[in-house]
Amino acid sequence: MRRFILISVPYAWLLALFLVPFAIVIKISLSDTVIAIPPYAPTLDLAGGWAGIVEFFQGVDFETFEFLTSDDLYWKAYLSSLKIAVIATAITLAVGYPIAYGMTRVAPEWRPTLLMLVILPFWTSFLIRVYAWMGILGQDGLINQALLWLGVIDQPLTILNTPTAVYIGIVYTYLPFMILPIYSALEKLDDSLLEAAEDLGCSRFTAFWLVTWPLSRNGIIAGSFLVFIPTLGEFVIPSLLGGSKTLMIGKVLWEEFFSNRDWPVASAVAVILLLILIIPIILFQRNEQKQREAEG
Amino acid sequence: MKRLLSATASVAVLAGAAFAEEVRVYNWSDYIDEELLTKFQTETGIDLIYDVFDSNEVLETKMLAGGSGYDVVVPSGTFLQRQIQAGAFQKLDMSKLSNAGNLWDVVAQRTAQYDPGNEYSINYMWGTTGLGVNVGKVKELLGEDAPIGSLELIFNPANMEKLASCGVHVLDAPTEIIPAALKYIGENPDSQDPDVIAKTEAVLMGVRPYIQKFHSSEYINALANGEICVAFGWSGDILQARDRAAEADNGVEIAYNAPSEGALMWFDQMAIPADAPNPEGAHKFLNFILDAQNMAAASNYVYYANGNKASQEFLVEDVIGDTAIYPDAATLENLYTVTPYDARVQRTVTRLWTKIKSGT
Repeated sequence: MRRFILISVPYAWLLALFLVPFAIVIKISLSDTVIAIPPYAPTLDLAGGWAGIVEFFQGVDFETFEFLTSDDLYWKAYLSSLKIAVIATAITLAVGYPIAYGMTRVAPEWRPTLLMLVILPFWTSFLIRVYAWMGILGQDGLINQALLWLGVIDQPLTILNTPTAVYIGIVYTYLPFMILPIYSALEKLDDSLLEAAEDLGCSRFTAFWLVTWPLSRNGIIAGSFLVFIPTLGEFVIPSLLGGSKTLMIGKVLWEEFFSNRDWPVASAVAVILLLILIIPIILFQRNEQKQREAEG
Repeated sequence: MKRLLSATASVAVLAGAAFAEEVRVYNWSDYIDEELLTKFQTETGIDLIYDVFDSNEVLETKMLAGGSGYDVVVPSGTFLQRQIQAGAFQKLDMSKLSNAGNLWDVVAQRTAQYDPGNEYSINYMWGTTGLGVNVGKVKELLGEDAPIGSLELIFNPANMEKLASCGVHVLDAPTEIIPAALKYIGENPDSQDPDVIAKTEAVLMGVRPYIQKFHSSEYINALANGEICVAFGWSGDILQARDRAAEADNGVEIAYNAPSEGALMWFDQMAIPADAPNPEGAHKFLNFILDAQNMAAASNYVYYANGNKASQEFLVEDVIGDTAIYPDAATLENLYTVTPYDARVQRTVTRLWTKIKSGT
């Protein structure tokens, strides 16, 4: 009995906060737009009992999903978002790993301070920090002023409203999400393992590559997911820092919802976005499990 | 437990009554003299919560989602018409609007096209969509005879190429720009035919590389500061930019012209959402706005014409005497209005707009 309760808590959580909202989104994606409040039909009327449910299922169709395949805008946006998310995750890893590594190499009494520095930016609203980047990257922003003053350039660089600005914004915003899990994986690392490796003739680099890197793998994976998943659907950063040329699915979704007021198509876009995220994660976990079983 | 709940509920009701009455207004950005907001609060004792937006689309999504929590909102004509159809608004109680007699029949006739009988809304401001130019810079780039009063300025790639270096902003509002592009190629600006609308793609794609930004409110400051030299925007906003530049005395001279080919005339209407929490207070706010002196103060501040006949005697000469704000008969002839798109045409229009903005 106790075991049942223990298991039921996470499942109830999953049901209430993921599956039910997802079912609602799927339901909207199967309906049609109308000019009314809410702007789609049919709406599921549970008060109508069985007849209401039958009527609802007669009214729905997969038209919105067919529509998504008929226009190349959506596929371009999904691909472009995937590309941006992959590149941004790789850059964040490249920047975040050395920082996390460095944090575990200093004397232990310094670590809480360094950890604090990583977390500190969260005390300011995310939106304000992105606005600050607009001031830094703009035509007469800090970077351009500094470079002009130093004489490196004689014309201000256009950084704001370009894909570069989007990458800067994403890497900056999500860096702590990469550093923290890697840090916690590295912190648990037993130093005697490294000593043993060196005793057995490994150079410092091979020791890092054969011992530290594989043991921090869980942190890298967790960090990469934490960066990749929100970046894929990112809306705020590309709309503030990116120009009209940065096509991302989050922005397309916003436009379906706000400009077209086409809730069914917006919901269909969201459903597919979720599938794009969930399927690789499930495949990945299966693979992990198989490996663990093979090892065990 | 039940007793506890009902006790809490009655406390909440009492607390609700003890707090001051609130009216929540959702209006366009830079669209009122803020002193009027204070005046309303002191006159009525009602707490006024004033939020702003810069896109009809955002307002419409909030209206159609329902439960926006606003008591007064300000959609433009075509959007109002569709939202009335969706059942988003309640009919006005004319008995509570003692100042309704101040309304101007010339405007009311036109707004009745969107709101038959003007049952759901009162006109707040109206204006045209046209060209704001930094006269000095544009003449420097295009010569003395630069077409600052013609759509040639923004739809002819030869002109736009030269202007690109000093910055051109265009409204991020397909329902304003597509009619203008249709007018430019000699089609009916109110066309509802997707094939005709598709013809504007070539025009807009031709000038797109030279447009720095599609945005519906940044251009006021950008024009005034001399950061950009052309904006295709709303009349009063450009006149506000002209005024701000003159005040700053920064050598920037801004002019507004309704395009000689014809200009879109639009109407921003104040309406009360069907589910407004405080319709009583909303009527008080509308009646306050309908007051001749208050309405005149708003127009004097934002440089837009209003639909209030009685306010005209209180307007400053700068406003009532300016044909860019109160067009003379000849200009009025040259103005057109548009009607809302249905869902299918709307999709064509938005898709076209995405394509123009993103290049795909």
